[in-house]
Amino acid sequence: MYSRTYKTLVAVPPLLWVGIFLLLPYALMFAHSFWLLRDGFLVHRWNLQNYQALFTNPLYLHVFLRTARIAASVTFCSLLLGYPLAYYLSFHAGPRRELLYQFVIIPLWVSYLVRGYAWKTILGSDGVLNGFLQYLHITREPVSFFLYSPFAVILMLTHIYTPFVFLPIYAALEHIPRPLIEASQDLGANRRDTFLRVILPLSIPGLLAGATFAFVLSLGDFLAPLLVGGPSATMIANIVQSLFGAAYDWPLGAAISVGILLVTITLLFATERLEKRWSFK
Amino acid sequence: MTSTKSTPRSPLLAAYSALVFAFIYLPIGVLIVYSFNRDGVGGFPPRHLTLDWYRQLFSDSAIWDSVINSLIVAAASVALSLTLGLLAALALDRANFPGKALFRRLVLLPLILPGIITGLSLLMFAVFAGMQLSLFTVFLGHGTALISVATTELFAGLQKLDRAQEEASLDLGATPWQTFWLVTLPNLKLSLIAAGLLIFTLSMDEIAVTFFLIGRDNTLPLEIWGRLRRGITPEINAISALIFSVSVAFIVLWYRLRARSMSSAPREFAETS
Repeated sequence: MYSRTYKTLVAVPPLLWVGIFLLLPYALMFAHSFWLLRDGFLVHRWNLQNYQALFTNPLYLHVFLRTARIAASVTFCSLLLGYPLAYYLSFHAGPRRELLYQFVIIPLWVSYLVRGYAWKTILGSDGVLNGFLQYLHITREPVSFFLYSPFAVILMLTHIYTPFVFLPIYAALEHIPRPLIEASQDLGANRRDTFLRVILPLSIPGLLAGATFAFVLSLGDFLAPLLVGGPSATMIANIVQSLFGAAYDWPLGAAISVGILLVTITLLFATERLEKRWSFK
Repeated sequence: MTSTKSTPRSPLLAAYSALVFAFIYLPIGVLIVYSFNRDGVGGFPPRHLTLDWYRQLFSDSAIWDSVINSLIVAAASVALSLTLGLLAALALDRANFPGKALFRRLVLLPLILPGIITGLSLLMFAVFAGMQLSLFTVFLGHGTALISVATTELFAGLQKLDRAQEEASLDLGATPWQTFWLVTLPNLKLSLIAAGLLIFTLSMDEIAVTFFLIGRDNTLPLEIWGRLRRGITPEINAISALIFSVSVAFIVLWYRLRARSMSSAPREFAETS
């Protein structure tokens, strides 16, 4: 029904734009990672030195492992908060469900910075939490380890990514045909068995999607460590950021970025395959 | 759908969910309360409530300059990403072209990848193309990255569209151009407004990509970011509270419009059976 001209007219502009302003930049990042820095100048000579540095300098591996640990903790905590919430909304919330759903997803789209800053004011040594603890005479002096620690980063990122994790899990739970659950109950399964053997397996695709989002986005985060993390919570993206800033070594920074990119895409690809295998047909 | 059997009472789960809600909203609540606190961003309990910080905020010209910068960038980004997103959605919905599957994935990348990857890639592109970093590069970044949001939102809208109307229009002698302007676009009006609101909010709040593309003029989030390094005052709470309120208002509006534009669709449950 649509003419050839129509199809060309709608397809060409976005293809061109995305090719120039998205594909080309990503390709440039890739190319930089194979270039060199000599005497402070970028040399366009193809080599693998940057990647070699990634594997030989223990600092990068060390920070990467810390980043993975933080991202895994964020994923775990977000699931711990997001899954029961999604379960509650889908099966127990009754008529308030729609409203509660909105209350969860609204913060998802609202300012990362505002939500991060809120934690800074709460956790600081003259912060709200310390004031509260001293007011109740639980502590006498300000506790300084709340802020500027990996713990603060995990807390802040969990706060930010819980709605992200909630969303696909809730969608998966909503897609479970209710007769299936009734059948399980009618056939004598108690609530625990129904959950473990019917609901949980059918919600795995949503759970995987949510977990991947939380993990991948935490893995590349550099703002939370700057805002509430401090030096002991430096993450891999902070190294990239400093290589592009003060340290000025774009090729090395690009190589680490490509590393983050590859881990991200591999994970997304793997979970997509798994989701398909687990999804209910 | 909600038979009595499927909504058993579960006080423990309800209490846990209430705690999760508290975790999500309490920090924002605290932030807002302390924006009225005379003695600073911390301490407990908040005493001496005052509007002084808001007064200080309203006479802070650097903040309002950055707000104007953000508004300009956001408005331009909405225009760019909606235009290209609409075309992309139409192309994905109606045309077959080589690399279509790749294109679909590529467009979505900025949404899925950590902001630093997209931000740095665009920074390298800007330097490669000999561009000075400025609000224009920020706009290029936002506009391009948010094509992802525009495309997904408008593609969803297109899926709900009744193609018979377009067919009738073409059969009755309207040109494809007339059909696009008089049939396709008006039918997508709600989706377009909804997507525009979402993109506007996301652009106003964006920080990770902006971080690498900013020139001399700050956007609002970057202005706040710069001040955080110099120490914090409840003035930042005040602007944060305003950002939060405005963002929530926009997102609620987006959500309502979106629900309305999707309301002709079959209910979610029906899709699985």
